[in-house]
Amino acid sequence: MSTSNITFRETGSSIKVTPVDEVSLEARAASLATRSIKTNSKRAALHLAIRCMDLTTLEGADTPEKVASLCQKAKRPDPSNHDVPSVAAVCIYPEMVHHAVEATKGSNVKVASVAGAFPSGLSTIEARTADIADAVKRGADEIDIVLNRSAFLAGDEQRAFEEIVASKDACGKAHLKVILEVGELGSYDKIRQASMLAMAAGADFIKTSTGKISQASSLPRVLCMAEAVRDFAQQTNISVGIKAAGGIRTAKQAWHYLVVIGETLGTEWLSPEMFRIGASSLLNDVLLQLKRLDSGSYSGPDYVTVD
Amino acid sequence: MTGKIPIAKTYKLFIDGAFPRSESGRTFSVNDTEGELIANVSQASRKDFREAVRAARAAQLPWASRTAYNRGQILYRVAEMLESRKTEFVELLKSIGVNSRSAAREIEDSIQRWVWYAGWSDKYSQILGSVNPVSGPYFNFTVPEPTGVVGIIAPTEPSMLGLISRLAPAIVSGNTVVVVSEGHSSLTSVTIGEVLATSDVPAGVVNILTGDQTDLLPWMVGHLDVNAVDISGISPETDPALLEEAASNVKRVISRQVNEESLELISDFLEMKTVWHPIGR
Repeated sequence: MSTSNITFRETGSSIKVTPVDEVSLEARAASLATRSIKTNSKRAALHLAIRCMDLTTLEGADTPEKVASLCQKAKRPDPSNHDVPSVAAVCIYPEMVHHAVEATKGSNVKVASVAGAFPSGLSTIEARTADIADAVKRGADEIDIVLNRSAFLAGDEQRAFEEIVASKDACGKAHLKVILEVGELGSYDKIRQASMLAMAAGADFIKTSTGKISQASSLPRVLCMAEAVRDFAQQTNISVGIKAAGGIRTAKQAWHYLVVIGETLGTEWLSPEMFRIGASSLLNDVLLQLKRLDSGSYSGPDYVTVD
Repeated sequence: MTGKIPIAKTYKLFIDGAFPRSESGRTFSVNDTEGELIANVSQASRKDFREAVRAARAAQLPWASRTAYNRGQILYRVAEMLESRKTEFVELLKSIGVNSRSAAREIEDSIQRWVWYAGWSDKYSQILGSVNPVSGPYFNFTVPEPTGVVGIIAPTEPSMLGLISRLAPAIVSGNTVVVVSEGHSSLTSVTIGEVLATSDVPAGVVNILTGDQTDLLPWMVGHLDVNAVDISGISPETDPALLEEAASNVKRVISRQVNEESLELISDFLEMKTVWHPIGR
């Protein structure tokens, strides 16, 4: 791929998209993953991972009660330990938003809703923006939409771009996260191009995956997106957040992501405002690791909730 | 043929059906009775132990959910594999100081014992379970269920018959185990691991670590995801602090003779569950 340009929605200025060196990218991600975290930093890293977490349930079988119990867990991940912070947000389907708003009232846990024909994004743009506006009306603070991969991969980048612009307008005050579904994009060049396109169209966050396909978030893919965010910030002075989601299950994986973000974008990005981890089973593993730090002996899945 | 290169076996750990080296990179050496080096054996760390417990936990439910008949068949298959590697075991035991007649007898006894336990797989539950009389229109059953993940401190003497005698009664009912053995007996344990790896025993049901038993025992006793520990392999004067620690996380602690064969040993690793069921009309 050669260098290309995308027009920035806000200013009309042109943004440069450079190609990706695949070999160096993967080597860099692998070397960052070997960084060891010493015991006294571990607790801080685990707490940060919790503060940046979007606790997610996106199942057809979700019920108001399941969402309510998820919200309880989001507010107080470990009821036996006051030091454990609450998570950043709960991530749910639009139909569940008002239950989540109710259950998180009085806490600083945000409500994020997927919207816009999640997870494929393949319905008319009118239907999708209506879905988004509806989720916002129900009280969602953040909206997770999907990039139209069908248009993007077919070469109709303009349409993909305009749909994000329309979605951003439908969001109003709510934060917009754009899911690139990196596992379907095929190459790092495409991931960088899609990242730039989403940011230029007005995304507040770019997100790796829906969690609905097996090829989800990976360290090199997130590094690729982080480098795009860095380039975008250099060219426009606008800081866009990153959300890694899908397949992140262990505390160790979570702090690999923290290292990649911290090393690529700086500590400014190591906060729930700029970085999120979307996960459903990760929280339990982080809690087990915290218990291990507190008690000195290994804990087990019998000692955390079954979700 | 001249210039033949001796090919010595690398003794590694057995975790989740694979044979990794220790994550710590450490080894310890085992010498034969003449003081000649037999092998450098992987020395497991607490992190290897943690991984082994994770594998054992993941394997436990699927292993217990197999039919009793199927578990019996798989254990019988292990006996067949032991039978075919008899000469290897005899040589191994001789190299660590067992005389050849005792070595041959130890192998025979081990295989017989393993088959004896394999046969119990679809029988212990009838003997140990019961239908209890109650005053009401209910059936009241007591059924044995496996305890879960069991940590076993492998006996050093006799190394083969000792481990077989502790291993078989634990896994026959659907428990999964993490064995820690040390010194000379490590060689026997790893070789038994190789037999298990080729006998249809699912990955993670038996995990074998070699290293320092006194070093790893506190981690085993403190681990909240280990349901029982079998300390028959070490001296009975176990540190009372360890027993207290085991009690604090409600862990069963089993200590038996290392060379025994009894149904009671199976029930050491069982929990009795009583269920009430209304009698239909």
